[in-house]
Amino acid sequence: MQKIRVLVGTRKGAFILTSDGKRKKWSVSGPHFAGWEIYHMKGSPVDPNRIYVSQTSSWFGQIIQRSDDGGKTWFQPGSIGEPEAIDENSGMPKGESNKFVYDTSEETGRPLTTHQFYDGTQHPWEFARVWHLEPSLTDPDTVYAGVEDAALFKTTDGGKTWKELAGLRGHESGPRWQPGAGGMCLHTIVLDPANPDRIYTAISAAGTFRSDDGGLSWKPINQGLRSQYIPDPNADVGHCVHRIAVHPTRPDVLFMQKHWDVMRSNDGGDTWFEVSGNLPSDFGFPIAVHAHEPETIYVVPIESDSLHYPPEGKLRVYRSRSGGNDWEALTNGLPQENCYVNILRDAMAVDTMDPCGIYFGTTGGQVYGSADSGDNWEPIVRDLPAVLSVETQTLP
Amino acid sequence: MNDSDKARICNVRVTLPHHLCVLANVDGETVLAVASPVSQRTILDALEARYPMLCGTLRDHVTQKRRARVRFFANEEDVTHDSPDQPLPEAIASGARPFMIIGAISGG
Repeated sequence: MQKIRVLVGTRKGAFILTSDGKRKKWSVSGPHFAGWEIYHMKGSPVDPNRIYVSQTSSWFGQIIQRSDDGGKTWFQPGSIGEPEAIDENSGMPKGESNKFVYDTSEETGRPLTTHQFYDGTQHPWEFARVWHLEPSLTDPDTVYAGVEDAALFKTTDGGKTWKELAGLRGHESGPRWQPGAGGMCLHTIVLDPANPDRIYTAISAAGTFRSDDGGLSWKPINQGLRSQYIPDPNADVGHCVHRIAVHPTRPDVLFMQKHWDVMRSNDGGDTWFEVSGNLPSDFGFPIAVHAHEPETIYVVPIESDSLHYPPEGKLRVYRSRSGGNDWEALTNGLPQENCYVNILRDAMAVDTMDPCGIYFGTTGGQVYGSADSGDNWEPIVRDLPAVLSVETQTLP
Repeated sequence: MNDSDKARICNVRVTLPHHLCVLANVDGETVLAVASPVSQRTILDALEARYPMLCGTLRDHVTQKRRARVRFFANEEDVTHDSPDQPLPEAIASGARPFMIIGAISGG
């Protein structure tokens, strides 16, 4: 029987939830890396026992952790004496798995330019943390990292060293990018399963970008987005995109939860149109696509950009089976009164079981799961620290 | 060269904050062999060489600038803002007192 592993990153550590294919009884492991903010953890699609973790702290900076045994044990890549990670001069491990340095070299880099700061002045790029880790679809040692201040990094040695793909940060529109409330972060990375050269990224608050050459060069793909909170609502960059999602069998169809508005593109992001339809609020953070139904999508409406909690105090996942516009509230098992939690952008994921399972975590520390595509929900755990990210692994 | 010109190897005691103890698998305090004159920089160099998993957690990988919320205490004095190359008190070099690395006090 298949097993499910749910990887949960929280404000105070990581947790791993596991269950058999019935998804009724769960065991909880953790906290791993107790006391640290775990912005994201994700497993390799080609080696499920390989899990990468972004562990951060305002005090001690960025740490990258890796497990090669499904989360039983962890290590910082390049700090345990692998031969290739030894410094030639000192003979000691280099300890560079957390070395995220913007590439300003003449060969591959771009000058360290500035972006717009909160007060409207220009501000130099400063690395703060890794928001999102996206393992390659084909190689367990290759991972992409989306960071704050917004940039894309890549490792090809299992996390021992990281190199910026500087064409994105160095895009001519960079001086017009600006931080959202959470910082100027690259939070979404989508790898096209049909085209290894195509990568999508999303940045708050710059918008969505696409590369068709493996990350070397990028173009903004925000035509059709409209944001009232920027001087030109139809600008090519400056939009606060919260999350994009695709179904692996239809990588040209993208779904987006924007600061406001749920959007859809049928042409690889070249153009977008709104599919918010009958949602009670089209503000929110995560968006997910059903594992087996490419037109079935999920969002969690939030009251507004000022009120980060569900409308009417009712926690409702909304599902559209038509790729948007027509939405139904999914409430069975979810609190329908006095609920004022938020669900962050990386905190919703689906498994690939049949029927599809869907999971999300809240800032109140609950992780809810549904084993029937969202019809019914149960809390897997109720009292974790605030949940930052949720990912799933369907194991053989 | 006479004996007094030779670099003396000092056994410097260093205490680490909880989270870095966990990362480095250290039980609160470690002893490092540091060549004199002992300074913040020579201690951190020795610390990172011995515990490479701490690289980047106390100071920037490239600029070597101290992370903003990291503080250094020596012989009950806050030396955080001293030059990283300023020699530390003999009590640190001799191992009589530990060089204390702490996270700045703030909630969260």
